[in-house]
Amino acid sequence: MSNIPETGRSSRVTIRLIAIQILVMSLLLTLGGRLWYLQIRNGDEYQKEAKGNHVQQVVEPAVRGAILDARGMPLADNETRLVVSASRTELMKQDDGGKAVLERLAKVLRMDPRTVRQKVRLCDAKTPQPCWNGSPYQPIPVTDDAKPQQALQIRERSEDFPGIKAEPEAVRRYPAPYGANTAQALGYLSPVTDEEIEKAKDSDSPFLPSDEIGRSGLERSYDSKLRGSSGVTRYEVDNLGRVMGQAESEKAKPGSNLVTSIDARVQAVAEKQLDQAMKKARTEFDKNTGRNYKADAGAVVVMENKTGRVVAMASNPEYDPNAWVGGISGKEYAKLTGKNSNYPLLNRAIQGLAAPGSIFKVISTSAAVKAGYPFDGNYDCSSSYEVGGQTFKNFESKGYGNIDLGRALEVSCDTVFYRLAYKEWKKDGGNMPKKGAHDWFYKMAHDYGLGKETGVDLPNEVSGRVPDRKWKKNYWEANKDAWCKQAKNGGGNPSYAEKIAKENCASGMKMRAGDSINYSIGQGDTLVTPIQMATIYAALGNGGTLHDPTLGKAIVSPDGKSVHEIRPTSHGKLPISDKTLHQMDGALQGVATRGSAAWRFGEAGWPQDKIKLRAKTGTAEVAGKQTTSWLATYTDDFTVVMTISQGGTGSGASGPAVRNIYNAMYGVGADGGIDKSKALLPKPQAKLPKISKDGTIVPQRDKKPRGQNAERPADAPSGSPSAPPGEQTPAESPDTRGEAQAARHEGQRQQHRRDGTPPAREIRQLAGGERR
Amino acid sequence: MSSRSFALGGYGPRRRSLWDRLTARDSVVWRLDWIMLLSGAVLAVIGSLLVYSATRNRTELNQGDPQYFLVRHVISLIIGIGLMIGTVWLGHRRLRSAVPVLYGVTVLLAVCVLTPLGATINGSRAWLNLGGGFTVQPAEFIKITVILGMAMLLAAKVDAGDQEHPDHRTVLQALGVAALPVLVILMMPDLGSVMVLVFIVLAVLLASGASNRWIIGLCLAGALGAVLVWALGLLDEYQINRFAAFANPALDPSGVGYNTNQARIAIGSGGLTGKGLFEGTQTTGQFVPEQQTDFVFTVAGEELGFIGAGLILVLLGILIWRACRIARESTELYSTIVAAGVIAWFAFQAFENIGMTLGIMPVAGLPLPFVSYGGTSMFAVWIAVGLLQSIRTQKPIAA
Repeated sequence: MSNIPETGRSSRVTIRLIAIQILVMSLLLTLGGRLWYLQIRNGDEYQKEAKGNHVQQVVEPAVRGAILDARGMPLADNETRLVVSASRTELMKQDDGGKAVLERLAKVLRMDPRTVRQKVRLCDAKTPQPCWNGSPYQPIPVTDDAKPQQALQIRERSEDFPGIKAEPEAVRRYPAPYGANTAQALGYLSPVTDEEIEKAKDSDSPFLPSDEIGRSGLERSYDSKLRGSSGVTRYEVDNLGRVMGQAESEKAKPGSNLVTSIDARVQAVAEKQLDQAMKKARTEFDKNTGRNYKADAGAVVVMENKTGRVVAMASNPEYDPNAWVGGISGKEYAKLTGKNSNYPLLNRAIQGLAAPGSIFKVISTSAAVKAGYPFDGNYDCSSSYEVGGQTFKNFESKGYGNIDLGRALEVSCDTVFYRLAYKEWKKDGGNMPKKGAHDWFYKMAHDYGLGKETGVDLPNEVSGRVPDRKWKKNYWEANKDAWCKQAKNGGGNPSYAEKIAKENCASGMKMRAGDSINYSIGQGDTLVTPIQMATIYAALGNGGTLHDPTLGKAIVSPDGKSVHEIRPTSHGKLPISDKTLHQMDGALQGVATRGSAAWRFGEAGWPQDKIKLRAKTGTAEVAGKQTTSWLATYTDDFTVVMTISQGGTGSGASGPAVRNIYNAMYGVGADGGIDKSKALLPKPQAKLPKISKDGTIVPQRDKKPRGQNAERPADAPSGSPSAPPGEQTPAESPDTRGEAQAARHEGQRQQHRRDGTPPAREIRQLAGGERR
Repeated sequence: MSSRSFALGGYGPRRRSLWDRLTARDSVVWRLDWIMLLSGAVLAVIGSLLVYSATRNRTELNQGDPQYFLVRHVISLIIGIGLMIGTVWLGHRRLRSAVPVLYGVTVLLAVCVLTPLGATINGSRAWLNLGGGFTVQPAEFIKITVILGMAMLLAAKVDAGDQEHPDHRTVLQALGVAALPVLVILMMPDLGSVMVLVFIVLAVLLASGASNRWIIGLCLAGALGAVLVWALGLLDEYQINRFAAFANPALDPSGVGYNTNQARIAIGSGGLTGKGLFEGTQTTGQFVPEQQTDFVFTVAGEELGFIGAGLILVLLGILIWRACRIARESTELYSTIVAAGVIAWFAFQAFENIGMTLGIMPVAGLPLPFVSYGGTSMFAVWIAVGLLQSIRTQKPIAA
């Protein structure tokens, strides 16, 4: 056929046919272009969308590892509770923002509707607790203490409760064995925030919105070990959400268990004794201020000398760590952090700062020996010492004549140290310091580890300070403007404060004679923490090694197969000879037998011949406040350091408490006799608790309850083999999770019964009813 | 068959065997447009695979038999090819005399759809229940009979040599031939088919050489009609929603915009090479509704990627290109108009169908020619191919 029309075909038709052809082909070209645009240009984007489309994530939270004491008693573990939670996203979808649902929920739970509403609102700068601080996409727990009928009611009438879930969940529990609360050392958990999720997104351990993380204490410092990793199963689903297959599955890995060196029994005694000592101090009259001691805070640390392991660490005021579980109420939050709370969350043992008072004298003694003053030389212990028209009195203005340094420690003679400090100050150039001044007293404090953190395995330890020349200069530079301004305001008739300001303004950068003199007996600007002093006295007791204190003793994998022991590490040796060490040790024994602490020990029936005790008392003065009581003691194996802020004298306020702690540890009776069967911890616990084959850690229990320590037997954890602390569930498939969860709860039955929480069968009903 | 085919064959000496006649140098077989047939065949094969991929998991549709749709699709395809052969055998010219009857039958069938015999799917009452699970969509056949009917009227005087171009009266009559079924289909309503018919009418008028005034007038009338339909609220809510989703692709991806959004995700996620046949997550997850019929192109886009989906476009392009050649080479106006009508039908229906999956056209229920599942559409398309082949193979009547 030819292209030339033979008949019936006008050129108009031909032209129009070509037009049709062009039009039609351009339609197809358009499709091709659009196809390229979607598939090649934006293909990646759509691939992502397609992935999000057909993959659903199911998160299985990891069981957090338990924190155990040295004998395997759980200090922190998990229990199953019926948690009722609300989904904000679901509530917000409702016409009234979920108001009606929350109202109904409050009725069922017998809670105040306002409280329920507050619990599900989001925290921001203006919103006070209670509020939800976690991810807004995560179910917000309204209560973790629902009764089974309440949970069943919510589930059976699910149409009345859209967005509300009632499910058994593992929640953290701090069982306080023997009443050992250990709150500050354990720390607490709270839900992870969106910012934290974002921050950790690309790290090795990303968070899931459901995660809770440790906020303080051991929960925080060992968080990555305890937390484990949540299991995420990604299911391929079709358009109706039906599961077509598993894309990826990561089993939940339970967290490791942390065995600590804490002995719950000793911890309980320490807490109780500290509390009683503070209560007692509040009944004592303080002559200096004309009112009773306030005893507003205190801390005690019990440490193993040879390892730096912490056997007990108590901080007062205390709080109940269980308050954090399942979201904290507004009232409780205010109680813990409010202005009038006295900040019980602070761990005074590592965060409490005070001048050390006379327990600092071991450092001054070491410095004096280092500076060339023989330990057994003769030093004048006069009742007072005058320098530059200023009189520095001995404690209670007592004089002891010519004594050696050992005796000066025993009787805590201030004037001996005043003289030595003044001499050294002058040697170093006095007000016009020489270049390369020895500064023995300051150097020694640094060498003893003061002015920096001990490296304890707890977060937010404070470093304290050694008020040396450098510090003085920095401090002056930071404050001189304010001082000088205040001094100017004084004009012709300056007040006392203004006089001080004037002096500070003019010469605050200088180390004055009075500064050095005060410093030598631990008064003035020196600040130390109880853990620092415990480390120092433990070093005196172990031959001179300054250990990094540890609470964590071993990290045990959930299957029990891997046990990583946390070995003691040190941050230095005391820079003194063995001889000096020995001499000081003898002097500190003297303190306990005939010195300032004798009335609490040697002269009060302490069996010094069997258990050699060393002690040093301290009473630190604080401007505008009552004196801080310090008592630092050690035996061959243990160091006990106690302090009470505004509590009175060292031996007076802290003496009986420290004595009682030793009594309990060594089984010393009131008459001084030793009953070994009553001794809680006569030797450091070297061995780790037994780990059974299935990985559970078997708590070592006392055969019969022991006097004062068994006051709360009901609080003993459910540590039977069927419900081991930090029980771990073997990996579960999503289909069997319901039953497995129920089975896991079975083990906790006793606990529930005791608490009036549901027995396992009821929980099983609830758990089996819904599969996530 | 042989004696019958003698009667129908019409060419060549009578005594030659069928084989001889088919293989002879001047036989129909040699003169067939094999490039077009091959393109159609490859499209049909790809279509069968895509239909299978889209339906093998749809247990709620395939009654538990993964091959349920595939088998039916292949049977339709075989019948369709048979119809094509039959059409070639008969020849478009011989069919010319039967056009009024065919037209009447198809329009009658379409009217039946509006009676209780009709079945409603996706808001359109466009199917006729034949019983036994078979349905037929008369609108598909109407596309053919409208082309044939209009061509017959418009070409009659021109092909007879009485006129150079059809006169106004003829054009008006031809429009009347189109208008009746369009009205019936509008009542179903099957907007997709109406749109295709409008484009067919436009192409037919263009190819007939009708006055430009008619072309412009028709365009204006089409636009006015669209405005009227919109303004008078003649559209159902689902139809308005489809337009809304088209105008705003981000609209309500879980509701109104669900189809188009999921279709776009399916195609876009295919990338260059696709996820592999039967490996598409959107397809196996059944995220795209009507995937074996109106949205079959999404299976290609997702599983075969730009290469596979592009191949479908190329094959359609080749097929339509060859059809255009046939239209241009035809010496009779009747044949030219028929070819042009088929071209407009294939091209616009493919554009609308693929365009809606790509989000450049609003959603309308139209199958993709050669590829989609659906018997009636398959039959109609292959009959149309038969018409084109017939135009190519049949020598013009001597002028």
